[in-house]
Amino acid sequence: MSDASLPLAREGVAAPVSRSSRKSKAAATAARSPHQLVATALLLPAGLLMLLLVLGPVAAVLLMSLTDYQLGASGFSFIGFENYAALLDDRVFWKALGNTLAYVAIVVPASVGLGLAVALLIESGRSLRSLYRAVFFVPVMATLIAMAISFEFMLHPQFGLINLMLSALGLPTHAFLSEPALALPTLAAIGVWQMFGFNMVLFLAGLVSIPRHLYEAAELDGARSAWSQFRLVTWPLLGPVTMFVVLISAIRSFQVFDTVHVLTKGGPSKASEVLLYSMYTEGFEFFRSGLAAAIAVVFLAFVLLLTLIKARVIEKRVHY
Amino acid sequence: MASVTLEGIRKSYERTEILKGIDLTIEDGSFLSLLGPSGCGKSTLLRIIAGLERQNSGHVRIGDDVVDAVRPSERNLSMVFQSYALYPHLSVADNIAVPLRMRRLSTLQRMPLIRHAVPGTHAVEREIRAEVARTAEQLGLGALMRRKPGQLSGGQRQRVAVGRAMVRQPRAFLLDEPLSNLDAKLRVHMRTEIAQLHRALGTTFIYVTHDQAEAMTMSDKIAVMAEGEILQVGSPDQIYDEPACLRVAEFIGSPKINVLNGVVDDAGSVRLGGRDTGCAATATPGSGVSLGIRPEAIALRAPDAAGLRGRLAHTENLGADVFVHLAVEGCEAPVVVRLSQAEARRTRLGDTVGLGFEPAAARLFAADGRRIAPRVGEVAHV
Amino acid sequence: MRPLLSPLSAALPGLARHAALLALAALTLLPFAWMISTSLKPAGEIFLSEIRWWPERLAAVENYSAAFERAPLLRFLANGAIVTLAIFALQVVVNLPAAYALAKLRFIGRQTAFALVLFAILVPQQATAVPLFLLFHQLGLLDSYAALVVPFTISAFGIFLMRQFFMSVPDDLVDAARMDGISEFGIVWRVMLPTAIPAVTAFGIFSVVSHWNDYFWPLVAINSPHLFTPPLGVAAFRNEEAGTDYGPLMAAATIIIAPLVIAFLFAQRRFIEGITFTGMK
Repeated sequence: MSDASLPLAREGVAAPVSRSSRKSKAAATAARSPHQLVATALLLPAGLLMLLLVLGPVAAVLLMSLTDYQLGASGFSFIGFENYAALLDDRVFWKALGNTLAYVAIVVPASVGLGLAVALLIESGRSLRSLYRAVFFVPVMATLIAMAISFEFMLHPQFGLINLMLSALGLPTHAFLSEPALALPTLAAIGVWQMFGFNMVLFLAGLVSIPRHLYEAAELDGARSAWSQFRLVTWPLLGPVTMFVVLISAIRSFQVFDTVHVLTKGGPSKASEVLLYSMYTEGFEFFRSGLAAAIAVVFLAFVLLLTLIKARVIEKRVHY
Repeated sequence: MASVTLEGIRKSYERTEILKGIDLTIEDGSFLSLLGPSGCGKSTLLRIIAGLERQNSGHVRIGDDVVDAVRPSERNLSMVFQSYALYPHLSVADNIAVPLRMRRLSTLQRMPLIRHAVPGTHAVEREIRAEVARTAEQLGLGALMRRKPGQLSGGQRQRVAVGRAMVRQPRAFLLDEPLSNLDAKLRVHMRTEIAQLHRALGTTFIYVTHDQAEAMTMSDKIAVMAEGEILQVGSPDQIYDEPACLRVAEFIGSPKINVLNGVVDDAGSVRLGGRDTGCAATATPGSGVSLGIRPEAIALRAPDAAGLRGRLAHTENLGADVFVHLAVEGCEAPVVVRLSQAEARRTRLGDTVGLGFEPAAARLFAADGRRIAPRVGEVAHV
Repeated sequence: MRPLLSPLSAALPGLARHAALLALAALTLLPFAWMISTSLKPAGEIFLSEIRWWPERLAAVENYSAAFERAPLLRFLANGAIVTLAIFALQVVVNLPAAYALAKLRFIGRQTAFALVLFAILVPQQATAVPLFLLFHQLGLLDSYAALVVPFTISAFGIFLMRQFFMSVPDDLVDAARMDGISEFGIVWRVMLPTAIPAVTAFGIFSVVSHWNDYFWPLVAINSPHLFTPPLGVAAFRNEEAGTDYGPLMAAATIIIAPLVIAFLFAQRRFIEGITFTGMK
């Protein structure tokens, strides 16, 4: 058989892509993005709504924070950064920011620590696992407003369960929600109560994904006590989950509002004033929309910062 | 039923050219395999035929129709996918019925609930069910009609996928590595089933695979592809015996063809390590050539000083055959030789043996990999 | 000595675990227990200077019927159901096609569209409340079901979640559907939705729970008591009672949390999976 009878593919006749595709632009587009039209149609409703309800309002809140707009006023003017300057001068704003950060500083470590401890306790045995898990998760599900009302009565200065218990133990009683030193910590305690079950579930998921044989290896390597196994295996392998839980808790506790609005109204004397509550009162009680927008921008900046850190962590965890 | 013709198909993503101008005619009723390593563009080519991808230039013809602008569902082709692509929420019967329902029922007739109120739905539906039942029966799926894909074995899923392709009586079947998710034993079995199905239906089959055994056993013709080009089209015998270039020769055959590096002497004979092989090449004297020789074309003999010699380095016993690996001076890769059990018993690891082959069995390739036409020489002892 | 001691010492960690967990569980459930206990007491037994868990005279019927009489609790619960289900249904209709397009279609602008989705996820709902309030004010939609539902029809998070799920659906399935003659729009509803039922369920649980419990936006957007969602309703009930009649108030609070908590107890696993799956937010 000779060379000629073999149907060899023609080599070396390949023209550059660009030339051949320029011939028919439509065909090239169809080849590159064959679903242009249908994708546009499928994205349109979500796109329009996102523009109208999320992206537009974000732009609007940035712009409004530069105006003196008040709800119901006939006009408004741009006043530059005056709203922000006013905030910087406002003792209440600083108080709100400080309180918010203090709230986060209490709730995050407490709810993460408690969540981890409970998860470890549950994982350390086999019996009643799902029962415990369910019990600790109930506060996550229960409507916080209703529970806040229950807490309010539990904390009643005279007839509340907490004070009854304290006096039964011979300890001094307190008006937890109306003593300036106690209002914020009390709200934070409610926050911890509500949140640690959520963290526990995330930790449980993280614990399950730690391979069992690592513990066996650790034991063979001489790490026999529960503590040394925790130090050698659990804690390092749980690291990314922990970071993630910390940030999620931070973002969530930064948004504290419900309990403040129902239980303390920011009082007594601004002792429990928080950012979102300030924004709410400025925007929806005094209708100073411009100022409320400025507070919203500050709030947004903090949450975005935390979320960006979280996005970084997730990215890392994917590679982990 | 129809032939499929490809004319100058080019396709690129971003900057990379996936297909560099493919011309190919697939005759009506034939079984053609697109064979090549992963990334050679064979699946993309199949998807272009199906209409799931759009080529940058060139034309696809089915029968006499140019179908470049025709939607996949309207090309009247069926496709069997590697992952079977069964609808997980539908029963076997419903999976097979989908292509018929989509074609024969109107939008209203497919709407949940409303469909019952639309005139004609039930008559068409009865017809569809009868056809689905017939197809299922042919494939031995009759007992599984109400199962969901999740409750089926790999082989059963495969059959449902084939059933869904068959039921619409397409002009051609496109199969994209349909066996590669099955275990080895089932794969061999399904090879036979698909070949039988092709004979029974008599429809054009275009079969994409990277497994040469599948291509060799089922196809009327094989198109060997590499890096976006078709290297050779031919019957399995042609591809195996008369490879058009070194890449085809090396891709086809297991174990691989032995490639020995030789030089053309002034007389036009190919010399290996100074020894004349008796192979004559039409090539410039002094140029290097690759001599390809299949493991079954080499015989072992007693070593003699003048001939090609090798030391037995390793043996692979496959039961019927034994492949022995010989370390040969001047060759980087071991030379593999196929022996019968009886022959193999006469050898021992570490033995030095002589190698001989008919010059006519050797295939010569130029430095750029192209086949060099041989000049038939006399039998030689190397 | 040893063989006698070892079963005990082996059981000890288990006992300690249960002791610790039971104590914590009791603390966790304390607010619920006190709430329910109070809802069963007559006024005279609520204001006592001793801890009494079970009343001497059961006033359950009085308190619960008083709760239903003084506030339209059923109406609040119905509103909660209407609003959360409407939100979820619209979220599916709006966001599933977008998620499919972002996961499976090739088109110019996909990267940008996805980047916008990722950005939108970052924006907490409260941050845009002021302009959103003005928008709904302008549209005359404040104080209506629309005000409660429309802002949440778009869920960037839902798009993201469903896109991630759709990415794991084999491309072959989509191609098979195309070969079978199903349109792209049909693929979303006839192929992707049925395939994604577990993910849609998880998202649904997340969506319903968070909007049932949401307080901030309804507080801003709603004035009329007949539109109150459960949290607004129970807060309003409390403001009217002004801390005098705790029996009916605790009964009302119990009624408000009951539907979700009961649903949770029945489908614990699904709820926990749903919330943690989406907890990645």
